[in-house]
Amino acid sequence: MTVPTYAWDFSFLWGYRELILFGLGVTLAYTIGTILIGLAIGLVTGLLRLSRNKLLTAPLVAYVEIFRCTPLLVQIIWFYYALPVVIGINIPAHVAATLVLSLYTGAFYAEIVRGGVNSIERGQWDAARAIGMRRAQVMRYVVLPQAVKRMIPPFMNQSIIQLKNTSLVSTIAVADLLYEGQMITGATYRPLEVYTMVAALYFIVLFPLTLAAQGVERRLARAD
Amino acid sequence: MPDPAGPRPMIDITDLWKSFGAVEVLKGVSLRVERGAVIAIIGPSGAGKSTLLRCINLLEDPDRGQIRVGEREMRFSTGQWRHGADRELAAFRAATGMVFQHFNLFPHMTALQNVTAGPLIVKGIDRRAAESEGRALLAKVGLADKAETYPSHLSGGQRQRVAIARALAMGPAVMLCDEVTSALDPELVGEVLSVIEQLADEGMTMVIVTHEIGFAQEVADAVAFMSDGIIVEIGPPDAVLANPENPRTRNFLTRFHRANAASGR
Repeated sequence: MTVPTYAWDFSFLWGYRELILFGLGVTLAYTIGTILIGLAIGLVTGLLRLSRNKLLTAPLVAYVEIFRCTPLLVQIIWFYYALPVVIGINIPAHVAATLVLSLYTGAFYAEIVRGGVNSIERGQWDAARAIGMRRAQVMRYVVLPQAVKRMIPPFMNQSIIQLKNTSLVSTIAVADLLYEGQMITGATYRPLEVYTMVAALYFIVLFPLTLAAQGVERRLARAD
Repeated sequence: MPDPAGPRPMIDITDLWKSFGAVEVLKGVSLRVERGAVIAIIGPSGAGKSTLLRCINLLEDPDRGQIRVGEREMRFSTGQWRHGADRELAAFRAATGMVFQHFNLFPHMTALQNVTAGPLIVKGIDRRAAESEGRALLAKVGLADKAETYPSHLSGGQRQRVAIARALAMGPAVMLCDEVTSALDPELVGEVLSVIEQLADEGMTMVIVTHEIGFAQEVADAVAFMSDGIIVEIGPPDAVLANPENPRTRNFLTRFHRANAASGR
């Protein structure tokens, strides 16, 4: 069996450079925006989940587990198509996309925060409380400074994944990098070149970030 | 006018009970420690010694009973005590210094920062005053030159001495020492014990849980033998350690001396 020959030609992409850069900009904007919102959600959720009050923690557990245990693609489609039916209000695609991406990554951040705090030895609490610190003081001066160091590597990993996750918003017609690629494919019928280029762009952004994350992780390990 | 009943003891514990789930760890412990006295608590592991110490400064929540340290008094009865009174608990704990088996220094703080954390954060005193007091305390435990050193660069004995200085920085009325030399290499035990001995000489009221029988004999005003959640026997060190009345105490000490002879200690 012979492999069909294909004449690769990337030159036509130059004509779409503005569309491609726009798409890349949208992808980066969703990534940074939803990481920041997700971080706020994750911090609050993760810290509140440490409470002994079950009435408070039960809904938070439900939120975290629902978002961690269902596919992001399904969540995006559900928020865009099903939620408007449930609440009777139309949700624009960019709102649904931002909401879901933030809640999704926030659920993972919440677990990172909780795990980081719980990883601090019991003895640190004992010692801090023995010199008279109140719970909030122990948290602020003793536990969090140590826990944050342990949260940084998983936080960076989750954030790198988040950049790739944003590609799923193309399914509800948010004009990110992947969506623009689909548009260009529709106009040129050259999916092989287009998706190769899209993959290359994600890689060019993410690979240096991955290296930087590893560097930070090494430095943190050395500091211990 | 002199109090006809004599001065009140510094620590007064009455009928203290504590269980973890179905396991009863303290079964009605009562203990009085006079001002300036040093009580050593000995006994087999699982006897409830550490739990008793942790109850005295309320790191554990007793189920029932009564604890008075200095002028502060707390009563407990099942179901009534809750963690709500955080501020009150914190104030109680600040008056009782505690030193732990595993030091529990704050690894992200230097020795000096460990010592000044309580005065700065809890008492809110001036940084300059806290630091000069902190340096004086580090000097007292023989670590004047280690003020800027992080715990990871200190030996076990040095860490434990920083931990003692950290507890002293709060100006506690009593010190509780929970097997403070058990995690140390044998050659580092002496430097920590001599700091404790110095505190005893200065008149600090102390409750010391220890496996160092020799040290207990030397420093303590009284030795309490604990077994199975109660204080079985308490008295002057020479009496309890040399001529125990209770068969359980005798049994423990016999096994203890045999084990030490075997290990060459």
